[in-house]
Amino acid sequence: MTAMQLRHAGENAILISFANEAGDEPAGPREAAQVRAAAEAARGTLGDDLIDLVPSYASLLVIYDALRTDHFSVLRRLQALQPTIAKAIAAEGGREIVLPVYYSTESGADLERLARECGLAIEEVIALHSAAAYTVYAIGFAPGFAYLGHVDSRIAAPRLATPRKRVPRGAVAIADRQTAVYPAVSPGGWNLIGNCPQRLFDPEHNPPMPVAVGDRVRFEPIDRQRFLALGGELS
Amino acid sequence: MSLRVRQPGVLSLLQDRGRFGQHHLGLTTGGPMDLEAFLLCQRLLGNSADCTLLECSFGGLEVEVDTDTLLCVTGADAPLLVNGKPADLWTTHRVHKGDRVQLGHPQRGCRNYLGVVDGFQVTPQFGSTATVLREGIGGLRGEKLAPDDVLPCRSDTRRPRLCVPPAERPHYAGQLTVRVVPGYQQQHFDRLQQRRFYSATWSVSQRADRMGYRLEGPVIRCDIAGIVSEGICLGAIQVPADGQPIVLLNDRQTIGGYPKLGSAISIDASRMSQLSPGGTVHFAAISPHAAHNALHMHHWRLQHLPLQPLPEE
Repeated sequence: MTAMQLRHAGENAILISFANEAGDEPAGPREAAQVRAAAEAARGTLGDDLIDLVPSYASLLVIYDALRTDHFSVLRRLQALQPTIAKAIAAEGGREIVLPVYYSTESGADLERLARECGLAIEEVIALHSAAAYTVYAIGFAPGFAYLGHVDSRIAAPRLATPRKRVPRGAVAIADRQTAVYPAVSPGGWNLIGNCPQRLFDPEHNPPMPVAVGDRVRFEPIDRQRFLALGGELS
Repeated sequence: MSLRVRQPGVLSLLQDRGRFGQHHLGLTTGGPMDLEAFLLCQRLLGNSADCTLLECSFGGLEVEVDTDTLLCVTGADAPLLVNGKPADLWTTHRVHKGDRVQLGHPQRGCRNYLGVVDGFQVTPQFGSTATVLREGIGGLRGEKLAPDDVLPCRSDTRRPRLCVPPAERPHYAGQLTVRVVPGYQQQHFDRLQQRRFYSATWSVSQRADRMGYRLEGPVIRCDIAGIVSEGICLGAIQVPADGQPIVLLNDRQTIGGYPKLGSAISIDASRMSQLSPGGTVHFAAISPHAAHNALHMHHWRLQHLPLQPLPEE
């Protein structure tokens, strides 16, 4: 059985963490599936005692209403979930979402440099990035910003020494072996390789995000014409 | 029926109790930095705890009243004027169409809560009206108040006038002891570092805002540079590479990868948010059980503290 640890994170918070069996990466698809299963199970068992959940790579932060319940009760109820959660496997739960991406030097300011530094042709970078199915490990940094992993080690690239003040909305980017789509204009230090015309965070839409932690994402290369037809903007 | 903003002040934000249940989208909590002053303002007005009030940081607010209602200001020790005449904080006032309310710059503490009966009537986003500037969500347009903004509200002529008895009002000193529930990453800080953290006098830096309070003092070293990003709760005390701790508050990012020493209890996080840069903080460790008891005692008091009826003006 996979080790699941429960620890106090604050006056009304308990962190459930999962041992990483995947080796050097922070988490693998198995941990993502367990985090997802733990979130569902915690929601069920805590009901109205639950205030919020923060799923991340190999952990789930459970924030509860300490005026309604206490840490003894929450610890006991979460501990009882262990057998259910341990059964979660990577292929279960979660959906696969395909996001269109216009990979180009005009929509991805770092594409040419990244290809050069990786010793690859631009086409090879695009082929490697769009070949894999990525797991959504965490959502944070900004509303709708999903951390996806892991890109092929041949296209892994460190963050920029100086972050950009303005990264355009929809920018598809790589940092180390993580990849992401910037849901809104923001500062950022990841390497930009393309742009996704689909909105990743829309407060007016229900659900506001097309992806959730534990889902899998594939990127589908599209051309300029299709990008513009889907509402993409070139800045 | 509304209040019209003549001077928005330095940082005035509409806030309800906070945005909960949305961390999975990366949305933070927002809500009042000083929950105690916020909840007492609601109680004085006869409101539920979920109503929308105005959090005014560092004063400088001026509004014109367009309706008959009860108005109340709690929090920092700032001069309040109604039609140019000094008025008490922690006290409800009957205001009428055309009245002008001014809140000066605070002498002690730095955040005030201005409320009216039933709160301000704005449309919630993601289940809350809490304004989070970084996300552009909540309040009016996801922004802080600007001149000529209109804050819709209801009229009321029935609820009684009340005040918090003077002896029961919080006293905002320039120094504070913050109680901390030690965390599970504490072992990455050796005994000397922990002793240093709990014995030092920390100074609130200029980089103290609704996201977190960055403190200045001795350098605290950690034997790891970072952790795999994980969820962060209110009050979490993270220590980045420069060794200067940050106490994370209402507008914190939901996940982060800096090692943490523990988590400040919410009551003390509220009190700390009344400190301005230059204020000083000491930390003291307490057990999760003691933290739980402190929370219950505090909320029992907030709910049952007798309010004093006042004669009609």
